[in-house]
Amino acid sequence: MIIAVASGKGGTGKTTVSASLVSVWKRPVLAVDMDVEEPNLHLFLKPESVSTEMAQLAVPLLDKERCTLCGACAELCQFKAISLLGKNLILFPDMCHGCGGCLRVCSEGALRKGQRELGVVETGITAVGIPCMTGRLRIGEAMSPPLMGKVRQRMRAIMGKEFRDVIIDAPPGVSCPAMTSVQDADVILLVTEPTPFGLHDLRLAWQAFRPFGKPMGVVINRAGLGDEKIQAFCSEKELPLLAEIPFRRDIAEHYAHGGVLACLDAGMRTLFENLAERVERLERMALMEVSHA
Amino acid sequence: MTPASIFKVAVTSEGPTLADFVDSRFGRAGGFVLVDLETMATTYVDNGSSQVLAQGAGIQAAENLVKAGAQALLTGHVGPKAWTALQAAGVKVVQGVENMTVDEAITRFKAGQFAVSDAPSH
Repeated sequence: MIIAVASGKGGTGKTTVSASLVSVWKRPVLAVDMDVEEPNLHLFLKPESVSTEMAQLAVPLLDKERCTLCGACAELCQFKAISLLGKNLILFPDMCHGCGGCLRVCSEGALRKGQRELGVVETGITAVGIPCMTGRLRIGEAMSPPLMGKVRQRMRAIMGKEFRDVIIDAPPGVSCPAMTSVQDADVILLVTEPTPFGLHDLRLAWQAFRPFGKPMGVVINRAGLGDEKIQAFCSEKELPLLAEIPFRRDIAEHYAHGGVLACLDAGMRTLFENLAERVERLERMALMEVSHA
Repeated sequence: MTPASIFKVAVTSEGPTLADFVDSRFGRAGGFVLVDLETMATTYVDNGSSQVLAQGAGIQAAENLVKAGAQALLTGHVGPKAWTALQAAGVKVVQGVENMTVDEAITRFKAGQFAVSDAPSH
């Protein structure tokens, strides 16, 4: 089972929830930080003996001698990675999404595979034996989904070998990186806070992820800080409210010291154990609905 | 001095006429007023197809200009990718043109008050 911990708004507590779920999870679990632009799950789970793999994307290289300036590649490319300007075919490798279409449509063999460095995929293991992985985007690289694709490949390789559940700490927002990080998930958790921005971005996230048809549940962080509008939204949309993390100073202090919230006290541990059970129940119910349909 | 070989000049513009203001952006410009320096006849090239792109607006805008036959461009700022594209097509670029109408930009260009840039601005 794969759980993606997502949110519309940034800074609502995705990493707090992810790290805590990982630490109370009853079966073997793999922790994946999919926020490759600024990974931070490792600050809480503290993996050791981290191995690093380079990740690259296949982008076109031009052989000018063979190019007849027919323009087929430039016409095909939807991302302006190839442009025919007068008598010059210009390549912009930074813009390439690596689809490989240009190499296929070139009848002259004037394009071949080059590489663009995306960043690295890191895999380590915590003191209690939980594997942790993340991507780290190269500074200057504009696109994160290609590197996330490499993280997903590696994630599936580990899952297949060891039959592990996976908890994914997703990037914020509702654009390509967020969509990419939830697409493998069986359940999506939406972490939010009771503020106008929290509600606004929760609505965006719900709208963006709903077409996937995956079961979703909500976690409210800093509960008690604002009003009850999140609860009203959840009941209106029939979104189960799975946990409420109270707005407390000792929680913030524990977080600031790099502590996993589920390890703060017995109350927090129970809160996340209950959340873990509710997440599993959410998945079981969704599976039953599918088999009855 | 205006290079003698240039007849068609494009100005990034907020609207379709000589009276409209110069748009200081290149890739995300509303459009281009294309001016024939001999007759002062103008045509308008809409740049909406570039504005909607998440990335690559400057490259698309350069393609639009080249297709329209522009030999020189007057604008505020040109980024590095658009710069590469415009250089490849041999379009002369003048940067730093802003806070004036298209008409004023053309007049000053004809009077030789603008220098052709030799590098992108960011």
